[in-house]
Amino acid sequence: MLRLAPTLAIAILIGPILFGLIATALPAFGYFPTLGGTSFSFSAFVALFERPGLLRSALLSFSSGLITTFSSLLVVVLFVAGWSGTKVFRRLQHLVSPLLSVPHAAAAFGLAFLIAPSGWIMRLLSPELTGLSRPPDVLILQDAFGLTMMGGLIVKEIPFLLLVTLSALPQSNARQYSQMATSLGYGRIAGFIHCVWPNVYRQIRLAVFAVIAYASSVVDVAIILGPDSPAPLSPRLLGWMNDPDLALRFEASAGAILQLGVTVSALVSWLALEKFFAALQRHYCQNGQRFARDKAVRQIGLISISLATTIVFAGLAILAIWSVAGFWSFPDALPDSFSLRSWARALPGLQQPLWNSVIIALMATSIAVIITLACLEQEVRSGRDGGSRAMLFVYLPLLVPQTGFVFGLQIFFLWLGLDATLFALVFVHLIFVLPYVFLSFSDPWRAFDPRFASVAHGLGSGLNRTFWHIRLPMLLRPALVAFAVGFAVSIGQYLPTVLIGAGRLPTITSEAVALSSGGDRRVIGVYAFLQMAMPFVVFLVAGLVPMLLFRNRRDLKVN
Amino acid sequence: MSKAAPFNDGLQLVDVEISLQGAPLISVSATIGEGEVLTVMGASGSGKSTLLAYLGGFLDPAFEASGQVYLKGKDVIQLPAEARQMGILFQDPLLFPHMSVGGNLLFAVPQSIKGKAGRKALVLEALENAGLADYFNRDPATLSGGQKARIALMRVLLAKPRALLLDEPFSKLDAGRRDHIRQFVFNEARARKLPILLVTHDQADADAAGGEIFHLSGE
Repeated sequence: MLRLAPTLAIAILIGPILFGLIATALPAFGYFPTLGGTSFSFSAFVALFERPGLLRSALLSFSSGLITTFSSLLVVVLFVAGWSGTKVFRRLQHLVSPLLSVPHAAAAFGLAFLIAPSGWIMRLLSPELTGLSRPPDVLILQDAFGLTMMGGLIVKEIPFLLLVTLSALPQSNARQYSQMATSLGYGRIAGFIHCVWPNVYRQIRLAVFAVIAYASSVVDVAIILGPDSPAPLSPRLLGWMNDPDLALRFEASAGAILQLGVTVSALVSWLALEKFFAALQRHYCQNGQRFARDKAVRQIGLISISLATTIVFAGLAILAIWSVAGFWSFPDALPDSFSLRSWARALPGLQQPLWNSVIIALMATSIAVIITLACLEQEVRSGRDGGSRAMLFVYLPLLVPQTGFVFGLQIFFLWLGLDATLFALVFVHLIFVLPYVFLSFSDPWRAFDPRFASVAHGLGSGLNRTFWHIRLPMLLRPALVAFAVGFAVSIGQYLPTVLIGAGRLPTITSEAVALSSGGDRRVIGVYAFLQMAMPFVVFLVAGLVPMLLFRNRRDLKVN
Repeated sequence: MSKAAPFNDGLQLVDVEISLQGAPLISVSATIGEGEVLTVMGASGSGKSTLLAYLGGFLDPAFEASGQVYLKGKDVIQLPAEARQMGILFQDPLLFPHMSVGGNLLFAVPQSIKGKAGRKALVLEALENAGLADYFNRDPATLSGGQKARIALMRVLLAKPRALLLDEPFSKLDAGRRDHIRQFVFNEARARKLPILLVTHDQADADAAGGEIFHLSGE
């Protein structure tokens, strides 16, 4: 059984992508017998390119991928380079980490409620500073260049990139190298970039690629914050896919192939950027310039990450406030009254989506945790880990744009008669949950001191007993954290949920995004609040269980 | 085919050879009688811990190893680690942090000994023996270094090993405690007639052990 675990994991990670891509490519080239497409042709692509604003959509997606990734990575590098090892760093790190669990859509709604012309920031500044007594007539949200959309993505990608960077630091001897560079007279940032960053970047490269793929093909954030005429590529594709006119599926599939091309181009451009910055770094590394006076740049790093963190937290706060707001006229900073009326009004409608969200997330995450444990235990027993190729497999579902293969997957499930079933939805969530669970748990697992197992074997304890009595309990905390991470990932899934669920298995996330066009802030507040509350509760439980279980075990406490 | 006739009691290493990527690290043949100590000495990196890993059954697959190891006349190398009955003490006591002191010791009592009360009685006796009678419910993290070392030894002995493998188990103790713990370990092991393989780089360990000394030359 255990021996099959790695194969099963690889099948889950690769199989759906492969089938999905094939089932996307066939209709894109005209082949879809059920809809009368029995011969191959380019007509879907011709129709696609005749769509108004298509090039602009593609460009928006492309630039969103690059700009989002570059900006969030820059902030993370400046912050880590300028501040790691300081008290400020530790404090901010603890503040930023929980933001990873906030679903993208909730963060996007929060940002929207903050910066809209009638948003919280304008309310706080008005009328005292702006002199306005009614919302200004400017287009902030859904600006034509997608800047708000990128902003929403950047504040969410910063926590992700920060966490992967932090987990790569110990393997890079960051502290010693930084100190060595400082002792040679280099400024903090220059020392870090020359001596630590190349090593760290090598380890986090796939995660960076995943951000590019995500930001160039995002759907939910684009619907909430992105431009409308035209929208970026992926949300437009979803519109065609859901169109009652089934003939549009050919075009949607052709668009999905185009989306793949856009993401690949963004990745290739990134490789060129990598080359450019590596050359720049080499140049400055060898000409001896110390950049010792980097205080201003360090401040910029600190201010940007603080700003990003504040935006997300303030956004979550304003969502919560709107969900319980009574009457609230424009320039007032807070509503006149608070009431639970919006909750009472939303309650009948949200029970089913809430139940669906929780059950799907619990099932997908439990399966992912079991598969991860089985793979890692098999790794111990066989004495072999998968190496770098296994890492590529783990990252694959995060590197292929969702729109690129989930379309095909939907067709595939349709063909199997499994569309809009709980099974299909759990399965498609599993594809995205498994990588995160594995990535989150494999480091602590591999850091486990193998001598504990040797001692246990020496005491006559076999492999299974050692797993259940020693390894698993000692790693319970990271295992539960991995579970919470997986749960949060599942809760945040939008595109797979609407496509595979076909509207018949709504979740809190799919309902929240659907509400965005209506603009009822109170109801959106309720749904978005629930969206962030669900992962939060699971993280809380994941922290409390080991705390209670091991309350008298000092060595298992986290400081 | 057969090498020297298996020796009926104690631990016997016959032509044990370990190499890493073709480079030989260790080559040793030795016989350790009941209650006797073989001390393997060598600088760090000489591969002395690798020898223990081979005997204990947790050698990293990167190494190639050959040779027979007989424990009371039976070749143990084919057995899985948990069936070899080779107790190991490392540099660190490695008490399981999620269990109480008593829990650590109960974990070691063989499964063949049934009955909660009987198992616990064995543990209490071992605690008494270690001079830590009231420590059953203690968190191992709250023990001193010397106390942890004694519990680690008691844990190994409770599992009824047939040989003891010691990987510099005294090197992290403070000087004042070291002699005391060393004597405690050797006395307990001799009382049970266990063959001991000790690897160390500390001459004082070798002197206290008093047995044969084997020097590893590797750099």
